[in-house]
Amino acid sequence: MNELLEHTEPRIDQPATIEKVAIVVSKGSLEGIYPALIMANGARMEGIDADLFFTFFGLDAIRKDRHEKIKVATVGNPGLHTATWIGAIPGFAALATRMMQRQMEKIDIPPIPEFIELVHDSGVHLYACKATVDMFGLTVDDFIPQVEDIISVGEFYEKGGAGQIIFT
Amino acid sequence: MTLTLIADAPVEVDSEGFLTDPRQWNEQIAAAIATANGVPELSDRHRLVVRFMRERYLQTGTAPSIRSLGKESGVPIKELYQLFPKGPAKLAAKIGGIPKPKGCI
Repeated sequence: MNELLEHTEPRIDQPATIEKVAIVVSKGSLEGIYPALIMANGARMEGIDADLFFTFFGLDAIRKDRHEKIKVATVGNPGLHTATWIGAIPGFAALATRMMQRQMEKIDIPPIPEFIELVHDSGVHLYACKATVDMFGLTVDDFIPQVEDIISVGEFYEKGGAGQIIFT
Repeated sequence: MTLTLIADAPVEVDSEGFLTDPRQWNEQIAAAIATANGVPELSDRHRLVVRFMRERYLQTGTAPSIRSLGKESGVPIKELYQLFPKGPAKLAAKIGGIPKPKGCI
């Protein structure tokens, strides 16, 4: 009986503050990538460790041939409050992207390539998802040099340790 | 806000220990806040960052973003995090006697 009672005390293993975050980036649109970068940078600014794990179309953010060409999703994006057929007009995505980038520059949010460099230099670790890399037939040479490694989901969890995982 | 004693000087600080009135700041206070926040010795590089933060705040009324800190202070981002591992902008603001930066970047 005594033995049973001894184990009823709740154990407090979690620290009171967040010490590490691992952020999964699964979308390749501008609005899919920025929140993850802002959150990773914000974590480092608070002294919190951060990992970024790029998977599926999120890989576009770290692909040499694509990371400078990230666009706002203008089709199937109700947040834009324009008719779907307008979003599909050639050049509309580029226009919406330019407008949004101008607004971001005003509040000192860097373009994606510069932002990736910034978070990397801040100590954020960048990883590419192995399953997606294999699926798209990519190799390490397809990625910008800030990418540390191509890792499996298991390795991602291992690196995450006791941290929080955020899916974007 | 509470009144506290840092380096033998009475100063007003917020709940996180940031000075609420930058005019109450001096070099001794900077050194004392630095020591209490894991920076035992303020090097010239530390001082450069702290001074940049402070001057920018006094000129514009807001602390610079980490982006402009890295671009314009003369200390690159990597080194900023080596100097202030627990967050350069936040810690340099604290040591520089200005309010906690409010921006997300």
